[in-house]
Amino acid sequence: MAKITKVLFDPIFKENPIALQILGICSALAVTSKMDTVIVMTLALIFVTSLSNLSVSLIRNYIPTNIRIIAQMTIIASLVIIVDQLLKAYAFSISKQLSVYVGLIITNCIVMGRAEAYAMKNGPWMSFLDGLGNALGYGLILFIVGFFRELFGSGKLLGFNILKPITEGGWYPTNGLLLLPPSAFFLIGFIIWALRTWKKDQVEEEN
Amino acid sequence: MKFLRDFLDRQQSLFKEGGKLEKYYALFEMVDTFLYTPGEVTRESTHVKDSMDLKRLMMTVVVALVPCIIFAMYNTGMQANLALAKLGQQSAFGWRGDILSSLGVAIDPYSFWASMAHGALYFLPLLIVSYMVGGAWESLFAMVRGHEINEGFLVTGLLFPLILPPTMPWWQAALGVSFGVVVGKEVFGGVGKNFLNPALTGRAFLFFAYPAQISGDAVWVAADGFSGATPLSVGYAGGQAAIESSFSWMDAFLGFIPGSMGETSTLACLIGAVILIASGVASWRIMASVVIGAGCLVFLFNTVGSSTNTMFSITPGWHFVLGGFAFGLVFMATDPVSGSMTKTGQWIYGLLIGCMVILIRVVNQAFPEGMMLAILFGNVWAPVIDHYVVKANIKRRMIRNGQ
Repeated sequence: MAKITKVLFDPIFKENPIALQILGICSALAVTSKMDTVIVMTLALIFVTSLSNLSVSLIRNYIPTNIRIIAQMTIIASLVIIVDQLLKAYAFSISKQLSVYVGLIITNCIVMGRAEAYAMKNGPWMSFLDGLGNALGYGLILFIVGFFRELFGSGKLLGFNILKPITEGGWYPTNGLLLLPPSAFFLIGFIIWALRTWKKDQVEEEN
Repeated sequence: MKFLRDFLDRQQSLFKEGGKLEKYYALFEMVDTFLYTPGEVTRESTHVKDSMDLKRLMMTVVVALVPCIIFAMYNTGMQANLALAKLGQQSAFGWRGDILSSLGVAIDPYSFWASMAHGALYFLPLLIVSYMVGGAWESLFAMVRGHEINEGFLVTGLLFPLILPPTMPWWQAALGVSFGVVVGKEVFGGVGKNFLNPALTGRAFLFFAYPAQISGDAVWVAADGFSGATPLSVGYAGGQAAIESSFSWMDAFLGFIPGSMGETSTLACLIGAVILIASGVASWRIMASVVIGAGCLVFLFNTVGSSTNTMFSITPGWHFVLGGFAFGLVFMATDPVSGSMTKTGQWIYGLLIGCMVILIRVVNQAFPEGMMLAILFGNVWAPVIDHYVVKANIKRRMIRNGQ
């Protein structure tokens, strides 16, 4: 039981894939200007990472070492195609906003990294949980970044006016920088700063 | 003045280790060393013996900035008064109008003191906001991290309002200086470890976050409802001919043009440059190479010409006196912390900034002015340039000494 909690919850604060391993930054910059894309992207990544970890783990003993990356890629790509098609069928407008970034989950370092580093060496159940935990850790950072970017960048949350912008007759002057992707760099930087002040062991040694 | 020294000495025990106010030692130290030469002397063997310490360095920059500050207030007030006269207004807007009329100061663009007073009411509040908010962050970090409050902030806090348009809302200035001090400097460990110029970082934040208040035609002259385009944006629309029809070169050189408060006067910047170079504070190599880099590229663009892009036609003489070129060249590019340190590196760094500012001004269709972004770009490259210059030097000496 303790192991399950560790595998599932460690990636959220202790070994967060974005904040500690600095993986998956590209999509964290690209899809976080609105909360609804953040939610869909997180759900998509939870689906892909946990199922790819599960599937890779199930066949791990039958994959020849030489072609393991190709085998993992095939599995991940198939899952991503399923997600992409589902989004196009049932959430077309969100799918258009996410544009290529759904397809790019295939190359998301977190998915590949967990398949290679964890699922190839552990059982299906634990691998599934590991994938779930890492996707949740990714989602947490996305949520924080998306929250600040949408709230202060356009005065809204999930499309509802919270701080009414001046352009719509309200009082809030929207912060244009937060709508630009590089602002996510600053926010992720601040999150890492806060996290490493809280958990000192994450600070890298200076050389 | 002895009673002041005695007073400080009496308070000292409170702030020393174990004292009641130990946490606030940084604040005490700041006041003490601002008023008096520090009493501590180096005990170990010294390796640098120079009267030019950080405090004197920064004070020299402040002195060099004085012409720019005076001119900033004068020109801001004069531009506002001219605009008000054109609009047919009898008094200034809002609380500034109340103060001016209660002092009996008329809206007269041709009176030096009337313009100074009006301009000061725009410049001083921004200066106070910059010092108070930036100073608060600086003190907070100094207390938490236990280092001294650095004199560098004296310059940053002064440079920041000088590169803002007069109409900048105070809360945005506060946000900008906070971003500049925290993200531009303190996250990297404070003065000496920052690789970006903090004042420019703050301005860049405002430029991208609130573009309506720091770009366009409406913000450069402090009069509501008056659209006073900067010469560069006039040139952006109509080329050299358009600039010459609305501004004279002499006005641009002296600084009687709309723009960010401190940067309009090339003459005031040149006086500052003379002080900085004569006292050895700023690198003349950087200043020279920025001018050379910009001049060569402008000359190239003038020769090539363009039928679609009017900015190609603007001559070097105009480029040097417009926008933030002179101010950035003298006070920003030469920042001893974020600029290059090696002598060869300074030439490369300056050329890079010079070329970049002209590239942004002329070729980039999005921004009419490019000095801020060019210097930040140069700052980012400065450590790499220095690294390779040092490497090359080591390599050369190794060969020479036949190792």
